[in-house]
Amino acid sequence: MQISGAQMVIEALIAEGVDTVFGYPGGAIMNVYDEIYKQDKFQHILTRHEQAAVHAAEGYSKASGKVGVSMITSGPGFTNAVTGLADAYMDSIPLVVISGQVPMSLIGTDAFQEIDAVGISRSCTKHNYLVTDAKDLPRVLKEAFYIARTGRPGPVHVDIPKDVTAQIAEFDYDVKLDLETYKPHVKGNPRQIKKAMEAIANAKRPLFYLGGGIINSNAANEVRDLVHTTGIPAVETFMARGTLSYDDKLLIGMLGMHGSYAANMAMSETDMVIALGARFDDRVTGKLSEFAKNAGVIHVDIDPASISKLVNANYPIVGDIKNVVVEMLKHVPMIKSDNYEPWRETIENFAQLHPLTFHEDSERLKPQWVIKRVGELLGDDANISTDVGQHQMWTSQFYPFTRPRQFISSGGLGTMGFGFPAAIGVKAASPEKTSINFTGDGSILMNCQELMTAVEKKLPVINIILNNNFLGMVRQWQTLFYDKRYSETDLSVQPDFVKLAEAFGGIGYRVSTKEEFDVALKEAIERNIVAFIDVKVERLENVMPMVPSGGSLFNMMLLEKKESK
Amino acid sequence: MNDNNERRVVSVIVVNEASVLSRITDLFSGRGYNITSLTVAPIPESKYSRLTIVTSGSIRVIEQITKQLHKLIPVLRVYEHSDLVEKEMALVKFPITENLSDISAICNAYNGKIVNVGNDVIITMVADEPKRVDHYLEAIRKYNPKEIVRSGAVALER
Repeated sequence: MQISGAQMVIEALIAEGVDTVFGYPGGAIMNVYDEIYKQDKFQHILTRHEQAAVHAAEGYSKASGKVGVSMITSGPGFTNAVTGLADAYMDSIPLVVISGQVPMSLIGTDAFQEIDAVGISRSCTKHNYLVTDAKDLPRVLKEAFYIARTGRPGPVHVDIPKDVTAQIAEFDYDVKLDLETYKPHVKGNPRQIKKAMEAIANAKRPLFYLGGGIINSNAANEVRDLVHTTGIPAVETFMARGTLSYDDKLLIGMLGMHGSYAANMAMSETDMVIALGARFDDRVTGKLSEFAKNAGVIHVDIDPASISKLVNANYPIVGDIKNVVVEMLKHVPMIKSDNYEPWRETIENFAQLHPLTFHEDSERLKPQWVIKRVGELLGDDANISTDVGQHQMWTSQFYPFTRPRQFISSGGLGTMGFGFPAAIGVKAASPEKTSINFTGDGSILMNCQELMTAVEKKLPVINIILNNNFLGMVRQWQTLFYDKRYSETDLSVQPDFVKLAEAFGGIGYRVSTKEEFDVALKEAIERNIVAFIDVKVERLENVMPMVPSGGSLFNMMLLEKKESK
Repeated sequence: MNDNNERRVVSVIVVNEASVLSRITDLFSGRGYNITSLTVAPIPESKYSRLTIVTSGSIRVIEQITKQLHKLIPVLRVYEHSDLVEKEMALVKFPITENLSDISAICNAYNGKIVNVGNDVIITMVADEPKRVDHYLEAIRKYNPKEIVRSGAVALER
């Protein structure tokens, strides 16, 4: 069928089963928006900033497991979206981001709203395209979706000049993909897997190191089976939260800079690390030369470039986690779970020595209490997103996650302003769950304009602002490592968050006691409108334990024992 | 930063399409690594091109770059060479007033010859291993070369 490039974009999105697009129109993408207006197969959610459009698509993708789609215009529209692309690239989130470009005849002339978009996105996307002829569009779009969701997932950017969206050409979406140079290796080598399982059977203190790849591979059930049938304890990375339920006896906790004492000690004492879809990030390993120093390493990852990048793997296995774990399960009978009993006891002792906890205060609300409280009240019924900073670490530490895709946060890039738009995307993907965004008084201002999107589209995200009048995480470092020189981190001057929410048609609460908080949360859920709950919390609370940057995992700063009053 | 700096030759087979070259060079520049030489030409009767990249850096980083190169969608194959035949070409322009028989004799010793004679200048060509090309360029310095151009290396595994 002969249709315009703009119509091709619509037809391709429909063929891919896209039901929601997040975007913001502008000159160069207008032909496509004209076709969006004429169709009713998918909804378009107008965010109030292009960065938010991409974060919303990320949230949507993470909650649903589908490819997120976002649409933006050229020039500033595109440059605003770059942070979102980079964020999705770091966290391996499958996205297709379509941008308008100035007409072909104007490319390279410094035309109005022109920027070399593919030149910019090259280093922060899995792949990108500049489409110079409408006849290439069906193939390019099909490839874009395929590349985004297969292998190690990631964002794909498609830049389409305005005249190409107007051009008429043949549309046939049944084109066969011919990607001779892109063949992700999904099946792990069975012999290598068997050897790895033998190594586990011979180990005395093996440890599962669970990473975000498990979530991307939808392999949590299989991994749970593997953990339970082997009886081997597990630590999770920040990106893997929810792989095991919080109350799983074999889950030690999160490891890394703000990981629990027991998790970090287990990693330091293990003799066999079994890394599943984890990438030995610097926030996880601390000082590399001391990381799991006496351990062999089994590393399963779909991305060969991740294996032995930082820590040498004795048993490298390239493959999709789900496939590999299914294969591993076949060899479970060779493993004697009882052999690990002393190891499990050692870990239990670590956990009792320094449990993950905080000190309550009669005067002021503690941010950790707020997170625990939401966990008690909502638990499994809520999807949780966060911004970036102290509140993010506390959420990972204290929220009782029960399932994969429940926790949506910016891990690799650490993007402040991610949480609220992501929560909007999460709510759009999964409207039956309450969508909570834990945020800080710093982060929330970085995309607070999305109140308008949430009000207009009736996506009642509840933003819980853990307000300490500080850029808390930077302040914590200044306290600990910069002799309390609080350079530009005091956020005492701040808006009235209640009025801010109300100004957009949302609802706001300001609370400073436990009772007030309970009332506000209950009411916000009942009223089903986007909400800001401004929670005044202890100003100088630190995230503990903490491995100072570049330090060894076993050298943690710990929560000070409470002095008796 | 660049511990154990070592000369490395990497060959990459890529789909011959727009922007593929910058995808590859970005991986080097993003890490602050310099490319010493780079040659690209289409592979006959295929949709692919072959790049030969000469660089230097720590083995660890070069290995990482090699893996990242593999990850690029249009990359078919990456060879990191150890045992290889490597050749490079150099063209040099001399004033015609220099000692032409000396120059010709030196060229001969390095797989080369005089390829062009004009009114004022002659042009020589040699093709040899990069190290030998270095020696050649050293040897002809006293004949006042007016212009020198090197092609960058091409390499094949033995």
